Amino acid sequence: MRHVISIVMENEPGALSRVSGLFSARGYNIESLIVAPTEDHTLSRMTLVTSGSDSVIEQITKQLNKLIEVVKLQDLTENRFIEREMMLIKVKAHENTTREEMMRLSEIFRGRIIDVTDTVYTIELTGNSNKIDSFLEALGEKNIIEVVRTGVSGIARGNRSLKI
Amino acid sequence: MELTGAEITIRCLRDEGVEYIFGYPGGAALHIYDALHRQQEVMHILVRHEQGATHAADGYARSTGKPGVVLVTSGPGVTNTVTGIATAYMDSIPMVVITGQVPSNVIGQDAFQEVDTVGVTRPCVKHNFLVKDITKLAETIKKAFHIATTGKPGPVVVDIPKDITAQKTEYIYPDSVNIRSYQPTRRGHPKQIKKAVQALLTAQRPVIYTGGGIILGDAHEELTELVRLLGYPCTNTLMGLGGYPATDPLFIGMLGMHGTYESNMAMHDCDVLLAVGARFDDRVTGELAKFCPYAKIIHVDVDPSSISKNVPASIPVVGEAKLILKEMIESVKASELKPDDAAIKNWWQTIDKWRALDSFGYDQSDEVIKPQYVVEKLYELTQGDAFVTSDVGQHQMFAAQFYKFDYPRRWINSGGLGTMGFGLPAAMGVQLAHPDATVATITGEGSIVMCIQELSTCLQYDLPINVINLNNRYLGMVRQWQEFFYERRYSHSYMDALPDFVKLAESFGHVGLRIDKPGDVEDALKQAIADTGRLYFMDFVTDQTENVYPMIAAGKGHHEMHLKPDKVDAHDQRELA
Ligand SMILES: Cc1ncc(C[n+]2csc(CCOP(=O)(O)OP(=O)(O)O)c2C)c(N)n1
Repeated sequence: MRHVISIVMENEPGALSRVSGLFSARGYNIESLIVAPTEDHTLSRMTLVTSGSDSVIEQITKQLNKLIEVVKLQDLTENRFIEREMMLIKVKAHENTTREEMMRLSEIFRGRIIDVTDTVYTIELTGNSNKIDSFLEALGEKNIIEVVRTGVSGIARGNRSLKI
Repeated sequence: MELTGAEITIRCLRDEGVEYIFGYPGGAALHIYDALHRQQEVMHILVRHEQGATHAADGYARSTGKPGVVLVTSGPGVTNTVTGIATAYMDSIPMVVITGQVPSNVIGQDAFQEVDTVGVTRPCVKHNFLVKDITKLAETIKKAFHIATTGKPGPVVVDIPKDITAQKTEYIYPDSVNIRSYQPTRRGHPKQIKKAVQALLTAQRPVIYTGGGIILGDAHEELTELVRLLGYPCTNTLMGLGGYPATDPLFIGMLGMHGTYESNMAMHDCDVLLAVGARFDDRVTGELAKFCPYAKIIHVDVDPSSISKNVPASIPVVGEAKLILKEMIESVKASELKPDDAAIKNWWQTIDKWRALDSFGYDQSDEVIKPQYVVEKLYELTQGDAFVTSDVGQHQMFAAQFYKFDYPRRWINSGGLGTMGFGLPAAMGVQLAHPDATVATITGEGSIVMCIQELSTCLQYDLPINVINLNNRYLGMVRQWQEFFYERRYSHSYMDALPDFVKLAESFGHVGLRIDKPGDVEDALKQAIADTGRLYFMDFVTDQTENVYPMIAAGKGHHEMHLKPDKVDAHDQRELA
């Protein structure tokens, strides 16, 4: 099953490589991993998407907790949570019909066209991974020039929070 | 007063109570070596290869419980320590490794003797640091000792660029450190302990299985008390030997691949398994699908990630073995439930039948020296009181099978990584820590040459180690596998062109003896042990094709041990209670 794990760790050089090293050494999957400093500059926050059986996920969380620099960790998937990912995408827009079609699809998915040339649109889209996948599907492979996805970031719903 | 980074490094070690550091100098560490020269409190032992330094520090740590300390230079100095660091990591040995690094301003420029120490060692350390700011140096060293010695212990590397060792700052060594992201659990959860005791007291066929965690956590007294209080059988892993007295009748021997028949059969048939400070290693469990099919498993460990990693535990208890066992003892004493005497008596009768098989039994010979016999004699002559280190191979298994360890920290071997070359340097650390003790290293002609250069260190520091070379002219353990599983195709397991070990020992300034008759074994050992002033290298010419029995082969369960061919398997005749 797919799990979204949120990690608060010391903002030290090398902390990221400890996490990625752990995953490669133990043969765990990483679907995506994003990291950035928090409002407290000594800490950084990481969101990691992985998949595996319950026992593999249990090991992953235990092994992550064992890293000296990990302060706190939450498997967001255990409760209700929100996930978002942002994508920047360049699509073909060289004929009137495709220009209209691209604009229409972008509106349906609540994307924004943020750069325009006479042959290309660049669209920004935010949503959960499913929405982004659906948008890509709707655009059709032949119209897509380049895709950049940030990877998933997530946060628990309601009052729960991962705060130090 | 302001001190240089180099002076601070040494002062930190002094203030941490470090007696010995094991090391080898080089460019990036020269400021530190200079600071070492100008003081008397911390003794430096100059090894002959950095791998030797790590194993010696490791042997020191295993035999004392104190962290071992290593000092090496950058680049090749560091890469030479990797085997020793990984060895310590796999067996959770507290160690602090201080490494010189090229100056900060050239890091990343492929400078002379530069290697990414933090990167190279990351997968085999508990933690590592690169010191970038001299004002953080003392605190970082304090943290390194704290991390290395608490929770599940392990090696920690502190990499110090050369310019940092030259800069100056005020020296303050903190008394303690608090790391917000590192707070190991010490006490077990009371509810879990209660559940565990309940399960133990209602058991019909219990087994207590313990590992290196008992030794590392100084919990042998508590373990002994609990086992005796319950009257249950206790088995130890290779790493756990000495955690429970081997001569006690409740001890059913080592378990696992080359363990006793009775311990493995008891594991298979047990209905409640209490595992303490053990990690269900594959050499212990055999085929997981066949592991303890009837047992409710209680697992006590300080490392949560060890629990349910290989085998799911029904009652996990996270915390320090010593504290948890103490509480279990209290709880057993206070409980109204008592062990089911009739069931336990029955269980012991079954175990004793298995025991009667004498699964370690070997055929003594008048002509050729049996390796088991040498270990037996060593045990008799030292009355079980020696420190015994070993290398890796058949000799290691014979040592574990035939030397009965009644005390913890006496049996010192590389269990997790299985590092050939470990035995001799480890024995140096042990002998330095215990100058008056008898220290023996049981080795093979394959393993000993992997760190043979340390014979020179032994001469320099007068370390009267008894080197027991069980010389079968084969990489014996490899040969055994080839005999059993590769139709006797002995691919590269014969040790051709061996040195004359007597001359070799003599050229290093030691006493060399070659023993090839069973009748001479005892005298040679006696002579070596009695001479407490010199290192004896005893080259025992042993039976070339002796095998280690019994054995659990790949894919087999505890109840499917491969016995010495003339042993009759009692398995078929047994009745499951
Ligand atoms: C550094 C290292 N290389 C290879 C091995 C694989 N290995 C395990 S046992 C063994 C043979 C050891 O031979 P020897 O030291 O002569 O001991 P014996 O088995 O003959 O008692 C080998 C090669 C190892 N454990 N460590």
